[in-house]
Amino acid sequence: MSGIYAGAVVFLLVNIVVGLLRVLRGPTAADRMLAADLFATAAVAIMLLLSVVAAEPALVDVALVFALVSVLAAVTFVSRLWSEQEREKERDDGPAA
Amino acid sequence: MLALAFDGVLALGLLAVAWQALHSADLFRAVISFMVFGVLMAVAWVRLQAPDIALAEAAISAGITGALLLSALGRLPSGGPRPPLRVGWQEVLVWGPLGALFVLALGITAVRLPAPGLGHEVHEALARAGAENPVTAVLMNIRALDTLLEVTILLLAVVVGWSFRSSVSAAAARVPSPALPALARLVFPVFLLAAGYLLWAGTHAPGGAFPAGAVIAAGGVLLLLAGAAPALENGPPLRWALASGVLAFLLVALGVMLAGQSFFSYPPAHARGLIAALEVAISLAIGFMLIALYVGGEPALRRRRWS
Amino acid sequence: MALLHNLGTLLVLAGIGFFFAGTVGLLRFPDVYTRLHALSKADNLGLGLVCAGLALQAESLALGLKFVLIWVLVLLAGATATSLIARTALARGVRPWGV
Repeated sequence: MSGIYAGAVVFLLVNIVVGLLRVLRGPTAADRMLAADLFATAAVAIMLLLSVVAAEPALVDVALVFALVSVLAAVTFVSRLWSEQEREKERDDGPAA
Repeated sequence: MLALAFDGVLALGLLAVAWQALHSADLFRAVISFMVFGVLMAVAWVRLQAPDIALAEAAISAGITGALLLSALGRLPSGGPRPPLRVGWQEVLVWGPLGALFVLALGITAVRLPAPGLGHEVHEALARAGAENPVTAVLMNIRALDTLLEVTILLLAVVVGWSFRSSVSAAAARVPSPALPALARLVFPVFLLAAGYLLWAGTHAPGGAFPAGAVIAAGGVLLLLAGAAPALENGPPLRWALASGVLAFLLVALGVMLAGQSFFSYPPAHARGLIAALEVAISLAIGFMLIALYVGGEPALRRRRWS
Repeated sequence: MALLHNLGTLLVLAGIGFFFAGTVGLLRFPDVYTRLHALSKADNLGLGLVCAGLALQAESLALGLKFVLIWVLVLLAGATATSLIARTALARGVRPWGV
């Protein structure tokens, strides 16, 4: 593992690990979700660069799969978790319906 | 040098997110940490020269597992933060030595394992196995029995999940933004195309039924969340589709027995065709089973025969 | 050929720069909406430049097109996901910074 792209891959990985601070700090759930989103995109870039560094064309397929499925988490978060908990709270706090 | 730096950062990051996932007081933070763990783990599999597992890890842990955990979290009663995990000296005294012993045993086993493993034997058998990719050959032919059991376990998980409660799909009908149906309509064909491509690639390179099934499931879940009229009507067609993976395996295994072979030993001349048929059936079944798990319970029956 | 190759490397490095900017923004910006803005630069431009650079160096047309396809997919998914998160945050009363 050597060359410019290998350095770029290390740099991207360090980016992810430093970005973990945002998952740690929050403060809202949306901030944490955004951080996870950025990591997924960085992982796509890492896989693409590694496919060149390691001369392993199959890694492009791994990147493709990442690109396809990573949207699921954010969409589930918005439509099932965040709005769901909101409704739950409204049911508890609001007037008896 | 760079490789060492990369692996070191990767290992540190993995340990950090694993600790977060286990130890965080906030459940949502724990789930996000687990998802990041999956992302880093996929990179780790690449570094361990196992692109097949990296593919499965990407498809299942970055996509379906995160979504499943998040929607499970959405159905939990929203209580306060869980109490932080406290470790007292008694626990350290008991689990410390036990853990050290376990790590020692693992290390000794790893050293004592025959170094090249069974790779040589698999490569010798490839010519007769019906697939150039050794992983596909092992999953679909040489150790097909294991794969049959895995698919059965997934089916059992669906049965158990459905028997707990009815689905939430009616509650998910509220679409958060018009962008979502547009996206789903636009990219669903790409999901199907990619699944077909992964199946095709699986014969000679990393790919195959498991990642293809997970990609199909991701596309289906996206359609579901976009408010598409659920094709998940609870009736015989859906149930046959859920069982189709197990049925296809049993059909092939018993079929070759009738043809005079033993259980799951394909005649080399037909191995390629049998594997292709199995891959298609299993990827569809895995796709439907993962969607069924995501629905979170048994969908309403179209037509009640009893009650 | 060498020109194309160097141009590709340059594009990849520029893309990495956008990833760096995205991470800095994620850590330093004051609220979820501004962070979202930083993140979309990494999604769109960062990965876009990396994919474009690698596509210039690809051995075959098919591989190059695959790089572009991956970028377009991430672009669509990222745009939808960030807009959904922003709408939900606004609906839940997360107030924009300075308003």
